[in-house]
Amino acid sequence: MIEIKDLHKSYTMGSNVLHVLKGINFKAEDGELVAIMGSSGSGKSTLLNILGMLDEADSGEYTLDGVPIRDLTETKAAKYRNKFLGFVFQSFNLINYKNALENVALPLYYQRMPRKERHDKAMKYLEQVGLKEWAHHLPSELSGGQKQRVAIARAMAAEPKLLLADEPTGALDSTTSYEVMDLIQKINDAGNTILVVTHEEDIAHMCKRIIHLRDGVIVKDEKVEQVRASAYV
Amino acid sequence: MFSRDAWNEIFETIRKNKLRTFLSGFTVALGILIFVTLFGFGNGLINTFNKFFNEDATNVFYFFPGKTTMPYKGYKSNRQIEFDNTDIADIQKDFPMFLEYISPRISRSNLIRYQAESNNYTTHGVAPSHQFAEKTVIMKGRYLNLKDMKEKSKHVVIGRLVEQDLFGSRNSLGKYVDIGGSAFKVIGVFQDEGGDREERFVYMPYTTRQLIEKNTDKINMIVIGFKPEIGYAGAMAFESNLKKFLKGKKFIHPDDESGFFIRNVADQLEKNQQFTGVLKLIVAFVAIGTIIAGIIGISNIMVFVVKERTKELGIRKALGATPGNVISTILLESVFITTISGFVGMLIGILLLRSLDDRLEDFFITNPYIDTGTAVIATLMLVLFGSIAGYVPASKAARIKPIVALRDE
Ligand SMILES: Nc1ncnc2c1ncn2[C@@H]1O[C@H](COP(=O)(O)OP(=O)(O)O)[C@@H](O)[C@H]1O
Ligand SMILES: [Mg+2]
Repeated sequence: MIEIKDLHKSYTMGSNVLHVLKGINFKAEDGELVAIMGSSGSGKSTLLNILGMLDEADSGEYTLDGVPIRDLTETKAAKYRNKFLGFVFQSFNLINYKNALENVALPLYYQRMPRKERHDKAMKYLEQVGLKEWAHHLPSELSGGQKQRVAIARAMAAEPKLLLADEPTGALDSTTSYEVMDLIQKINDAGNTILVVTHEEDIAHMCKRIIHLRDGVIVKDEKVEQVRASAYV
Repeated sequence: MFSRDAWNEIFETIRKNKLRTFLSGFTVALGILIFVTLFGFGNGLINTFNKFFNEDATNVFYFFPGKTTMPYKGYKSNRQIEFDNTDIADIQKDFPMFLEYISPRISRSNLIRYQAESNNYTTHGVAPSHQFAEKTVIMKGRYLNLKDMKEKSKHVVIGRLVEQDLFGSRNSLGKYVDIGGSAFKVIGVFQDEGGDREERFVYMPYTTRQLIEKNTDKINMIVIGFKPEIGYAGAMAFESNLKKFLKGKKFIHPDDESGFFIRNVADQLEKNQQFTGVLKLIVAFVAIGTIIAGIIGISNIMVFVVKERTKELGIRKALGATPGNVISTILLESVFITTISGFVGMLIGILLLRSLDDRLEDFFITNPYIDTGTAVIATLMLVLFGSIAGYVPASKAARIKPIVALRDE
């Protein structure tokens, strides 16, 4: 599903060059649920953003579902994001003047799906995250957990090949976090490939594989026994 | 890009961001409203000006006799020049190509009495064609005619205000007024755009005036109307030929400009038109300034809007919006709002001007108006340049990396 080879990324700030990713190599197969762990500032988000084509690597190879990702124009990147990728962010990133349903339908709009179809599909995914009754509420009327579930519904609505979640539980209390992880596990159970960035041990252990990042390289890559979040909710 | 769906998306955004919509809409509407109003006022000023200065016919020369300042052909200088009936006949004979009409004018001040009422008025002894030169409008009865001239009849045409002064609410037609001891029959009453002074004039046949004054053939002034189709250049040529002719006939030195004087309305018309032109230029300048201010206003709002929406645009990009999508999202919204509010502002402006009508005449603004073409073009200009101005921040926003846009708070 994903293969990256010798990925490098550095940030230049004035005369300082901060080398954040120093040659990352890894592979993830279809249906995996991978946690990317590391302390704050270790480059987890940077890696995820490059995988998500929200940012570009300085060097290295990246293949997504057999398609080599390189020489991306903004327009091409946008098309790939729309077709291949779903995002879940720590801060939800819902559009505040659109209600839950419209937020979920937005990626479908960029797929040029007709309005009616779009709304039906968005409603289906909202139902899956248990928020059908909240479809016409604005994000400001939702709790943190609800917002993240809307965000997950939005990420899934486009039926991406890969779901990228950057600290999806970072802004949530532990009960709500487990609810969100329960949802992610269920999505994974259905066969979707998911990468979850987190710095919390318990969240990482709810995945099937943990990649440890330190000082810009992968220091450990382990398969783990998945802890089911449903046990806690 | 222009699909129904794109518009739906835009309408939704507009509906849900009322402050932003109001802000840019208001700026544009106000800009156009001010433009239309200013432009209308400018036209109102020009109207007032034209009314003040162009109330008489514009294809007219007035010749006044003067005194020579140079000796010539045995005549001493300081000689009083006089016009007489032969001059009229000669000009008629010599300049048929230029001449539309010609009339003498002999002006006197007379005490005019009707029963107990009396007053001093200016009387003009004139020919029938004088009516065209002064644009005299007959309200009732008739103007002087050729028969009056031939018979030297004691007929007068009196101004509206003369009738009002002497007759009050009674009808003056057919009544006899006393002018310098002779009874004159009122055959007509006129009005004149020229104002109160001109509506206190009294016209009588010049032949009658000459008869009263010991059967003289002298004339005060010659009023000459030229054919409008000869144009300004033709009028100038006509004037200089007339001058040459009269100087020759009256033995005035060719360089002596004081033997008689000419008031050339065409010349004045040219000056008036120049002044009107300057007025128009000022109005255009101010109006274009308003439009430019409006454009700057929209550009600022667009910069603000894009800044405010940076994060939203980042989210849209993460979900698959292309740079083209981003630009059209911003631009279509702006074009839609500016077009609608521009035309609303334009309509309000036009209605405002209409409702003002001549209520501002005290401020020298008569019938302010703007032709629809100008108003529409100005509005479209604002929309066009507004979107060009909006394109810059929009394309900038489209180029921001999504990750940077997402980080924006
Ligand atoms: N746009 C940027 N410009 C400069 N430095 C950055 C930028 N983004 C991230 N960094 C730096 O790169 C390092 C890794 O950041 P990040 O990938 O966000 O870490 P993590 O998500 O693991 O906390 C940090 O030291 C951060 O300060
Ligand atoms: Mg991070």
